[in-house]
Amino acid sequence: MRYLDEFRDPKLAQGLIKHIWRLSTKPIRVMEFCGGHTVAILKHGIRQLLPPTVTMLSGPGCPVCVTAHADIDKALALAKVPEVIITTFGDMVRVPGSRGSLQEAKADGADVRVVYSTIDALQIAKRNPEKSVIFLAIGFETTAPTVALSLLEAEAQGIENYHLFPMHKLTPPVMKALLDSGEVKLNGIIGPGHVTTIIGSNAWEFLPRHYGLPCVVAGFEPLDILRSVAMLVEQAEGGRAEVGNAYPRSVRPEGNRVALAQMEKIFEVGEAEWRGMGTIPQSGLRLKEEYRRFDAVARYDIDPGPSREPKGCICGEILRGVKRPPQCRLFRRACTPLNPVGPCMVSSEGSCAAYYHYGGEDAR
Amino acid sequence: MQDRILLAHGSGGRLSHDLIEKLFLPHFDNPILARLDDSALIELETGARLAFTTDSYVVSPLFFPGGDIGKLATCGTINDLSMSGAKPLYMSASFIIEEGFPLADLKRIVLSMRKVVEESGVKIVAGDTKVVGEGAADGIFVNTTGVGLIPEGVHISGANAQPGDMIMVSGTLGDHGIAIMNQREGLEFASSLESDCAPLQGLVAQMLEASLEIHCLRDPTRGGLATTLNEMAAQSQATFLIEEEKVPVRDEVRGVCELLGLDPLYLANEGKLVAVVPPHAADGVLEAMRGHPYGKGSVVIGQVLSDHPCRVVMKTTLGAHRLVEMAVGELLPRIC
Amino acid sequence: MCLAIPALIRSIEGYRAEVEIGGVKRVVGLQLVPQAKIGDYVLIHTGYAISVVDEEEAQETLRLLAELAETYPDEIP
Repeated sequence: MRYLDEFRDPKLAQGLIKHIWRLSTKPIRVMEFCGGHTVAILKHGIRQLLPPTVTMLSGPGCPVCVTAHADIDKALALAKVPEVIITTFGDMVRVPGSRGSLQEAKADGADVRVVYSTIDALQIAKRNPEKSVIFLAIGFETTAPTVALSLLEAEAQGIENYHLFPMHKLTPPVMKALLDSGEVKLNGIIGPGHVTTIIGSNAWEFLPRHYGLPCVVAGFEPLDILRSVAMLVEQAEGGRAEVGNAYPRSVRPEGNRVALAQMEKIFEVGEAEWRGMGTIPQSGLRLKEEYRRFDAVARYDIDPGPSREPKGCICGEILRGVKRPPQCRLFRRACTPLNPVGPCMVSSEGSCAAYYHYGGEDAR
Repeated sequence: MQDRILLAHGSGGRLSHDLIEKLFLPHFDNPILARLDDSALIELETGARLAFTTDSYVVSPLFFPGGDIGKLATCGTINDLSMSGAKPLYMSASFIIEEGFPLADLKRIVLSMRKVVEESGVKIVAGDTKVVGEGAADGIFVNTTGVGLIPEGVHISGANAQPGDMIMVSGTLGDHGIAIMNQREGLEFASSLESDCAPLQGLVAQMLEASLEIHCLRDPTRGGLATTLNEMAAQSQATFLIEEEKVPVRDEVRGVCELLGLDPLYLANEGKLVAVVPPHAADGVLEAMRGHPYGKGSVVIGQVLSDHPCRVVMKTTLGAHRLVEMAVGELLPRIC
Repeated sequence: MCLAIPALIRSIEGYRAEVEIGGVKRVVGLQLVPQAKIGDYVLIHTGYAISVVDEEEAQETLRLLAELAETYPDEIP
């Protein structure tokens, strides 16, 4: 498959790995922001292949994982409304709320449907005019424009029974909050390749400028990730801090202006609650006034009930890069993909799930 | 354990296994069941050994490229028996049919089943038909139960893998799972991608002719290759090491997996088998497999080791090692 | 959710395009990449194209990496 296979070439990977080994003399701590990167790194066994000078930490870039517990409870409450059909991306259905997950609500009779695209959700709305179809709008800047399109489409087609539960979150603000907390010491950041396709690599200039941190944006194939590590090592060894682009076939400095414009038509920026990080100002998207009628939460006066955070779950610390899944007392014991305690074990981009499925250091 | 049954309990992965181990096994406890192989192994007083198995088929859609629920049911039971080395002999077929189900569709399914039993030499000797109200069955549910005889000298079980054994598969993986997804998700394929559904008793017979020393045989149905290898690794208390670049997957299957974020290791196969064979017999068995129409694409994908007991490890294309866990949760909506 | 896959545009009708990956065809939305043409590769995310793959940049990256790989002799790991 073009533009996938070539970027998995083992020979080219070996070249990059040897290059990294040759260059790296100082210990560096690199955070991959995106959950998709964590998964790719573990799936291909990349950490095992890097020199011990390079430490890789996972960041908060997993939209399902960072969805606030209270928001999961709200989604569960919405699912119980008789006329509602909940449509959502796959992983959300297994995240435990205070009283079970959406999957369990479905077993209890709630209408919860997994979709691959908002296009499917819109179709469901069209085919079920007497129902209220609510789409759980999670995701970062990669996904928000596609969700915006679905709302514009609903408006154009006069589909009144399509609603959103807006939970989109923005990545530069959470990066700032993480660094401002001083909790985790980093020497470099692997930037999220598809988020940056939308927001543009210029959006990361604040990292070298205000934090002295190099940032290299990477795609998700092994060569992309290895190249970004090599570029970060080069910068660290040379004492430089710049924004680098290891994914120029998709990422441009200005990003996708059309996508950003669609987002701005529907959404405005506001504060958002992040699991493990509390409320971060200007870090989420809510519907603009003129689109508020599509807001599911505003529409239904739901009582999500008391919030019960899962005991012993350290998803927050894992999302902030402070701890790794094997350091959690519950990991592989009380918390498994079968019986997840927190979302990091459930999401296909969650660190804990990735460590569980691919073994982390265990499979050496 | 969960306090209610979820769809995932039927999909063959961790949840299904949990249900079996925590509910059914303890209460139906007996040594034959406890072996947990594809078929039950029953030793008669005469010394003859019977293989006995049952399966229910609730697949939706009922008709898919390359087959239908009837073909699936008959092949499934024939294959379960074959995986214990048995020659499948007799089967029963029970139908639970939803009121209003078209007779023409039922006939199609029956003809499909006839084709399979004719090809395999198996006879359907008992059956049952029930009709339930509208909505109580997804069109039709089929249960097939089969019995076969295990020839002397054949000792095949998921628990028999030994360090040093070679792990082989009889062809490309994921074809059935994706053919079903095609139907459900409305994808289109540039070339026709069909279910690989096939009766494997002939292939197994040819393999046994090449060597009686085959240690394990299993068909990677629900939960895919990953789950099957994990089952055997646990039963044999061994490590199964496979190599990513050796696992055969068709381009179209890869394409769909990339699009939908799926892993071909977890997709169902209905006409493939995994064989674990001691190294000195491996070449002969592989040749026998490749010589059979249902085994043309057979390849060695790995080896059994002893250093990470009960685990399946994969060497990635980059040369690193990572775990391959059993399937968790609902992979695809009811596929067989 | 950062999953985006490169696929080849086979045909376009308004904002809908039929794309192909590994022989599999799918219909996706091109609203976010109005400049995309038949024959382009686009990155698909949840049913929409989010960018057109810059093929020259892709080749350049591979060329650089091939050059890099050559500076290191082949060793058996």
